[in-house]
Amino acid sequence: MLKFLTPLLIFAVLAIFLAIGLNLNPREIPSPFIDKPAPPFTLQTLEDPSRTLSTADLNGQIWLLNVWASWCVSCRAEHPVLNRLAEQKLAVIIGLNYKDEPEAAKNWLARLGNPYDVSVLDMEGLTGIDWGVYGVPETFVIDKQGVVRYKHTGPVTDKDIETIFLPLLNALQAE
Amino acid sequence: MHVTNHSINAIMRIIFLAFFLLWGVQAIAAAVEVKNFDTPEQERVYNSLISELRCLVCQNQTIADSNADLAKDLRARVYKMLQQGKSRQEIVDFMTQRYGDFVLYNPPMKAKTSLLWLAPLLFLVIGLLVAWSVVRKKRLATHSESAHDSAQSEEIRRLLEQGDDR
Repeated sequence: MLKFLTPLLIFAVLAIFLAIGLNLNPREIPSPFIDKPAPPFTLQTLEDPSRTLSTADLNGQIWLLNVWASWCVSCRAEHPVLNRLAEQKLAVIIGLNYKDEPEAAKNWLARLGNPYDVSVLDMEGLTGIDWGVYGVPETFVIDKQGVVRYKHTGPVTDKDIETIFLPLLNALQAE
Repeated sequence: MHVTNHSINAIMRIIFLAFFLLWGVQAIAAAVEVKNFDTPEQERVYNSLISELRCLVCQNQTIADSNADLAKDLRARVYKMLQQGKSRQEIVDFMTQRYGDFVLYNPPMKAKTSLLWLAPLLFLVIGLLVAWSVVRKKRLATHSESAHDSAQSEEIRRLLEQGDDR
């Protein structure tokens, strides 16, 4: 009896581990910033480079940092989702325009709509490194105390908004 | 027969040639970036660091091997920090603060990474146990088999002797 059960058991264990492995997303690297203060920045805005926006200006409100670029294909897929989210006015949405040409970025927003309250320029990608950005688009959720509460890597979908962002934003609003 | 041998030789030669040529290309691609260092020690630290940090875009490459934009940026950052006199540990801390332990090809031993470090040992122990039980079973089997043999041969001898008597 044991003779038949042993290989079956080994197979079952192996199958379980492989199934878990298949369902993990290797691109999803846990961010070390969760529940830590957001890395500060002071950057020129895309709309008017003579003005700057810094993380300190956003204290006291819930905000999203969406890392985007006009050269980024997945950002285009994500864009309508962000536009719809912006209409709901649940949080301030800041765009971090990552390693992009300001002209191209402006055209992009003019053409596809602008979900951002403000976009700031990170042409060298230095702020991107400070935030541990490795794959555009990325979206961070920052609470009223300036603490990073959630990070989403890759394009946000309507389903993500429904299942992750809305509940989280509502919970943060109630805090 | 001779002809086939020749053509196999030729194919092997082409494969080896392609292999070495492509290897050369990779070496050249990696060597394009020219950086000046203050000391040979600094260069040594730079090279060891960039081959220990993971490129997060192309996850199975180090930032030394990768030509992804982020890898270039991170190499530049490592270089800049070394120029500023930052120590090796300071640079590793800078990277893990931003990208987590995942950025290190040589992750530190922690509760979270213990499985990673201990799994090989665990598998070795399992392997030894399996080997031990297989050997033990084999040995038991041979023992009973030889016991069986001697009983059988005893029987044969007896029968033969009886036959002689007849």
